[in-house]
Amino acid sequence: MSHEHVSNTKRIWFVFGLLSAVTIVEVILGIYKPHALEFTHFVGLNLLNWIFYILTIFKAYYIVWAFMHMEGEKSSLRWSVVSPVIFLVLYLLFILLTEGHYIYGVFKDSTIKWNF
Amino acid sequence: MGATVTTANNDEKTWGGGHEIQPLGSSYGKMMMWFFIVSDALTFSGFLGAYGFSRFKFIETWPLADEVFTHFPFMHGVAAPMYYVALMTFILIFSSVTMVLAVDAGHQLKKTKVAVYMFLTIIGGLIFVGSQAWEWKNFIKGEYGAVETAGGSLLQFVDKDGKRVALADFAVKLPEQREALTRSHSTWFMEDAQSLPSFTVAEIQAGFKAHPEVLIRTEKLTAEKKKTVLSREESEKHLATAKYVVEGANLIRNEYGNKLFADFFFFITGFHGFHVFSGVIINIIIFFNVLLGTYEKRRSYEMVEKVGLYWHFVDLVWVFVFTVFYLV
Repeated sequence: MSHEHVSNTKRIWFVFGLLSAVTIVEVILGIYKPHALEFTHFVGLNLLNWIFYILTIFKAYYIVWAFMHMEGEKSSLRWSVVSPVIFLVLYLLFILLTEGHYIYGVFKDSTIKWNF
Repeated sequence: MGATVTTANNDEKTWGGGHEIQPLGSSYGKMMMWFFIVSDALTFSGFLGAYGFSRFKFIETWPLADEVFTHFPFMHGVAAPMYYVALMTFILIFSSVTMVLAVDAGHQLKKTKVAVYMFLTIIGGLIFVGSQAWEWKNFIKGEYGAVETAGGSLLQFVDKDGKRVALADFAVKLPEQREALTRSHSTWFMEDAQSLPSFTVAEIQAGFKAHPEVLIRTEKLTAEKKKTVLSREESEKHLATAKYVVEGANLIRNEYGNKLFADFFFFITGFHGFHVFSGVIINIIIFFNVLLGTYEKRRSYEMVEKVGLYWHFVDLVWVFVFTVFYLV
């Protein structure tokens, strides 16, 4: 690396505070599970789980960008690392969850009792 | 071997093509660490995706995480869902912070500071692995026990208020229960593959008859996301098909519900724990290199940065494991 490094201590502690706060919010929601959130569905997922996933992505973003210092890398490196992961994971999840749901339907409508 | 030279004018950050060429503006080692992380991230995604697949497949019978992970050290018998994993998450995030502080100190070539922060990171990692071991211990030991039917589904026991009842609270001791075959209590070729459960199916059934207040809870989730509690007659019918007594968890069956639940728990948290463990080992090696002044001589702490990337990745994976296993 050619560029000069200045101390980022302040930003590091800020991100730590942010990640801790998000974790605390997640734990509180996980313990109390507000009824309004848990039983309101939006695009096949309840709002509580939406919040959990969004907060997880939010935390992941800060870990990669601030702690792993992705923000200081060239955008070519950034894209070649982040884009394959994002697109392959979306593809994988789409296939697996769709199939899982399909098999659930097969079991539900069949007369066979099967557990494996 | 340019990368292992420890003199000041080393070529650690130089590619084969010479000093002017630096693809993606990164040194060879750092870029390879990034691409290792990409492949490892995809491996973990595969595991978590497989977990999601199985969970979608058994969406109506999957165990409820808040009922499974309820232990907290020194608070025996108190149901404390989430607190312990939350604590573990904090420990790991904090060790990530000390790691990034070590990298930061490395950029300013402050050897002592790097060493102190590396040391704190190692301690944090060890506490995390220890916590995970304790979590596994509770998971394997189990709390209430259950029975498995011939059809492979799991029956748990509750009282009238829906509170869980442990097997020991109602099962009777029948005289015909045999002792487990061990090397010291049988001939040399006879040994039980698994240790025998504390009660036999017959003892559970007899105890159930003697305790009319005990009911059976099936795996099925109601519309309110609670497990279905059967009526007394239904309970008796279901219990007649019982085949195994399940206490705690192993890779074949577990008292929490679906067999795959424990398998995925062991496999994914185990694989993550293995990453933490190897991260601690690598951190220790780099820590000693820092103490020996290897990077001081190179005038570059890039090696600390590279292990830092790995360490943060381990934290990153935990963020997802935490959500998928404990929250959702």
